[in-house]
Amino acid sequence: MSVVLAKENNQESVEMRKVYCKALQECARENEKVVMLDSDLMAAMGTKPFQTEFPERTVDVGVQEANMIGVAAGLSVRGFIPFAHTFGVFATRRVCDQIFMSCAYAKQNVKVIGSDPGVTAALNGGTHMPFEDLGIMRGIPEMTVIEPADSTVIDNIVKQVADIYGMHYIRLVRKFVRKVYEVGSSFEIGKAIKIREGTDATIIACGICVAEAIDAAKILETKGISVRVLDMFTIKPIDKESIIKAAKETGAIVTAENHNIINGLGSAVAEVLCENTPVSMERIGVQDIFGEVGSLEYLKERFELSGVHIASKVEKVIARKNQKCE
Amino acid sequence: MNNQKVLETRIFANSIRQEVFKAISNLGSGHIGGSLSIVDVLAVLYNGEMKIDPQNPKWEERDWLVVSKGHAGPSVYAALALKGYFDKEMLKTLNKPGTNLPSHCDMNKTPGIDMTTGSLGQGASSAMGIALGNKMKGLDAYTYLILGDGEIQEGQVWEAALFAGHRKLSKIIAFVDYNKCQIDGYIHEVCDLTDIGAKFSEFGWYSQEIDGHNVQEISRAIHNSKAQNEKPSIIILNTIKGKGACLTAGKIGSHSMAINEEQLDQALSELEIELAEIKGGEKK
Repeated sequence: MSVVLAKENNQESVEMRKVYCKALQECARENEKVVMLDSDLMAAMGTKPFQTEFPERTVDVGVQEANMIGVAAGLSVRGFIPFAHTFGVFATRRVCDQIFMSCAYAKQNVKVIGSDPGVTAALNGGTHMPFEDLGIMRGIPEMTVIEPADSTVIDNIVKQVADIYGMHYIRLVRKFVRKVYEVGSSFEIGKAIKIREGTDATIIACGICVAEAIDAAKILETKGISVRVLDMFTIKPIDKESIIKAAKETGAIVTAENHNIINGLGSAVAEVLCENTPVSMERIGVQDIFGEVGSLEYLKERFELSGVHIASKVEKVIARKNQKCE
Repeated sequence: MNNQKVLETRIFANSIRQEVFKAISNLGSGHIGGSLSIVDVLAVLYNGEMKIDPQNPKWEERDWLVVSKGHAGPSVYAALALKGYFDKEMLKTLNKPGTNLPSHCDMNKTPGIDMTTGSLGQGASSAMGIALGNKMKGLDAYTYLILGDGEIQEGQVWEAALFAGHRKLSKIIAFVDYNKCQIDGYIHEVCDLTDIGAKFSEFGWYSQEIDGHNVQEISRAIHNSKAQNEKPSIIILNTIKGKGACLTAGKIGSHSMAINEEQLDQALSELEIELAEIKGGEKK
């Protein structure tokens, strides 16, 4: 792992999908086994350049997600490395059993890419808003579950998972996100990235909530509160060591995720804490309700996922921690 | 298929049926009906039709078989054991703790099983993926697929059918085990399939319908399919669920049933009579 943090967390100049496609093309040039599958969302995912360069290794099945996952499983059986994309809602809840049985249970090597996580589905609305995908994928044995915070992470991770045999689920924003890391950084799957040091509490975040967590830490800094921030981009296998260390050293944890507070990052962290070092904890995330249509900014406010909300939860958890100490 | 081959294949089928009865009775119960109805197609495939090497189950240039109706594992295991993929003694471990012969086909446990199946409909898509992969590798291997008739009520089968027709995956030869029974009753009562062949034809497949217990007809249909260069093939096998003994033949309840020692003896003696008839050259 070699991480250089971005000085500012402004919106990136390149979309996540462009970086994903470029990374996949690079993988395909290096490794002739890499193939790409989609179910009629290549245009949305911006992966046409891959098709242009590798027409024989592109399989657009049409609108049939279950068949896409099954075909990917068959290609994996024949030694190929399929990257299969569709929107996160279809990539998980629609084809959960296909991913479970034909891929994971059969010990295949398929990379499932679910786009538009949580509120980033924005104008596609509640029907297209995966708040449950992390939970579904986390419940499948031997599945690695990843949610990158920015384009530097996805570029690095795509290249890594192409070389690691096994099932991977990557939760990927298609459009612009805020920059967290400088280009060229590299990451270790299963290891949290410490973005800020702090002593009063720790925010453990993933995906778009990482930049929001940094905002929260900055807000709290002005109030004299010192907060550690961890980017838990690997939701499974989760980095127990970093969680336990954070609990012991800061005594309070807030998780932040663009997902239902049930079954996702918050649940995964709570499991580790309860079994090892129970400390006061709060969860930022969607409060077990359905999504709705709107702009990303509106939805972040509506579902209370922004830096301000995270900061307020941190203050709440610190108050609880102090109460316990008294 | 010459007469000698027909005789040999029918004897092989009879042996598979005997082993299926023994393995399931040894355990006490199991998926016997749908195992017995596909025995004759398995006998044709494993007795010369498929390019395989039992000593080298993962031979790169072999033909492939996806048994999408994964609950028919017991008959596939019997065929594999009789062909020498593994010791016949292993058949006694069917569904017992720690076995390599689980209820539903598992490619990571059983030598010779090409794909894990059990959730109906899914084997159709994985067979398409295997066939596509072989095509991309420039291999001329065939991918065989066995679907249950109840199974094709699953929508995924039709996604796969549309895909294979569109991509002209001519190295796919699929079978529907049309035994007309499913767990809850007769197919036509639960959710009728109407004209299966017409549906596949409409999806761009080459379709045939034959007697699924006549090894010569099965062999001929496979050869007809191999003569097609533009289309995937579907062969509808008219079969009898539980074919082989009075206890199970044509019985709705035979999908999964208990078999005691007495019933086993009766079934085996019926199969011995059939074997004598085959050897005596009498017609079925």
